Formats: sequence, structure tokens, C-alpha cells
Amino acid sequence: MTIPKERHVLVIFPHPDDEAFGVSGTITTHIQQGTPVTYACLTLGEMGRNLGNPPFATRESLPAIRKKELLASAEAMGLTDLRMMGLRDKTIEFEDDEKMVRMMEELIEETNPSLIITFYPDFAVHPDHEATARAVVRAVRRMDDRPKLHCVAFANNTLDVLGEPDVVYDIKPVREHKMNSMKAHISQTAWMLEEMEHKLQNGDTETENWLTMERFYAYRWDQDFE
Amino acid sequence: MELVEVNQLQAAIDSFAGKDVYLHLETTNGSYASHFNEGFFNAGAFIRNVVINFELGKVVGDSPHRVGLKLPQGWVYAQGITHFEIDEEGRLLLAGHDGTGKLAVALQLSETPFSY
Repeated sequence: MTIPKERHVLVIFPHPDDEAFGVSGTITTHIQQGTPVTYACLTLGEMGRNLGNPPFATRESLPAIRKKELLASAEAMGLTDLRMMGLRDKTIEFEDDEKMVRMMEELIEETNPSLIITFYPDFAVHPDHEATARAVVRAVRRMDDRPKLHCVAFANNTLDVLGEPDVVYDIKPVREHKMNSMKAHISQTAWMLEEMEHKLQNGDTETENWLTMERFYAYRWDQDFE
Repeated sequence: MELVEVNQLQAAIDSFAGKDVYLHLETTNGSYASHFNEGFFNAGAFIRNVVINFELGKVVGDSPHRVGLKLPQGWVYAQGITHFEIDEEGRLLLAGHDGTGKLAVALQLSETPFSY
């Protein structure tokens, strides 16, 4: 499936590194095709658990480290419009729901996207992912002229319930950009990248597949989550 | 952060006793615990920037240590503490890091509020 040219792409995730694994290839491709991309990252992953042993960071020094990593990931993708929204990691679901919807509405009004990318509600595992997905879906639901909404889903029951993803992009041409986006978040991805290198060396096709394809579900408005 | 040296840590805890101090207390298994291990009962707690004034603080046991603070009308404690640091802002940061480098518990004291 080739990635169509869009008017503007708005990507909304809660944590630095959420963009790297699922969509950095897609973001890079849009940018290379000349489509403006805005990435709104709601937190700085302040509560990340990977602090090392011996520790390389503390709970208090981690946010500045992850902010730098997020900026480096943006650079790896060629992304110039990065918004850091200032919420705190692991608290999004406890914010006022309507405030969250308004935050999304303001981003949408300003960027006028033809495509929004976020997580799929109920299939996004982390409470921050779920809360982000709910806020985005609610904001888009209220629009008269809805943009496309492509969602990342990775809960263990995703295949059973949603079936195969309906939007699958070949991102081989920008594989290196994706690698560099993931490497940018080294404080949180080091162990995962190490495992990935190992699997790739052993010819693991699933891992290779993961580096060459990105998968989305077009949000199913006829089976709305609420 | 350094591995806990009990005498140094005890002295640091003592220096915060009897003052109004901001508390950060956190325990966590990580948000993915029941994703990677279905059926895992994921529990944790988080407090940040609550002011306490403790009269007695103690670090006890071999590593991983337990640290308890006795308040005039209550208690704060954490177990699993492996590392500590007094950062450049004079805050006392205690943490328990597991063998894979993941934080499992944090107990922090500061005379000024922690960031948001």
C-alpha cells in the first residue's frame, strides 16, 4: 500500500518513543512527500522505569533526558512541528475528560489535518494511550467533516477482535530513519534494540517485518467505543 | 545515584527531620506488567508534592533497604531501596532499581516543591 499525499497529518501520542515504534516510518514518508506533519506529544515520559542499574538517571533528571531524545527522534524523521503538551506521564486518564477533548480540538482546529494518527481505544494497553485515544476519538466524533483517523492497536486481543489491520504501509525506503528514531530514545529502548538486533541476526522474519511495515486500523465509527 | 551507604544515607535523612518537606513516593510494576504477563495483578501508588514533617527517619536492613519516616500522627515508608543521591538542588532522592535497571520504588524529599 503506498502512502497517499495528505493535506496535513496530525500525530497525537502521550509518550516520547510512542511515535518511534509504530509510526516513525509513516511520519518520515509523509514529510519526504512534502506533507506537513505535526506531532503532539502529551508528556515527557516522566515516569519511565528504565533508569539503569547502575542508574544513569533519577526520577527528577529523566524528563530533561527524554525531552532531548524526543527532539533527536523528530530530527531523525525530519519533523519540524513538534508540540510538547506539558502533561505528566501516567496522569492523563485522571485529567478532566472535557479538558482533554478541548486540547485535541484546538490542535485539530489549528492544523486542519486530513489524517490524524493516534492509538485505538480499548486496544492500546497503557492507560495514557487509552486516555489519549479516547480524547482524540471524542474530538473527531464531534466534527462535521471528519478527517481520516488511523489508529495503532497492540493489545493482546487485537487480532481476535479487530482482525488484520486495514492500513499497512511498506516503510522499507525509510527503514534507516525509523531505526534512528528508535535509537534516539536510547534511554528507554536500549534493551529492546539489543534484543531486536539479536533476532534480526537469527533471521527472525517477524522482527524484520516490523521494521519494514507499519500497520493501522481506520477507526470504525460504526462500532464506536462508547 | 550511588548504592546506599547506610551511614551517609542516615545522615541525609536526619537533615530533613523536623522541617516541612515535599514528599515524592512511588511504587510501580510498570504499566505493561499485565500486558507481558497476562493475569499479573498490577498495583502501585504515587504521591508527589505532599508536605510532611517527620520527627524520626530510619534506614534499616541490608540492601535492598527499608526506609521509614515517623510523623507526629502517621507514617511513611518504602522498601526495596538500593540507590541514593543528593542532587544539585539539595534534594534527597532514594530509589530501588531491580536487576534489569528498572525503577520499582522511589522515595524523595525536598525543601522546595518538585516540578509538576
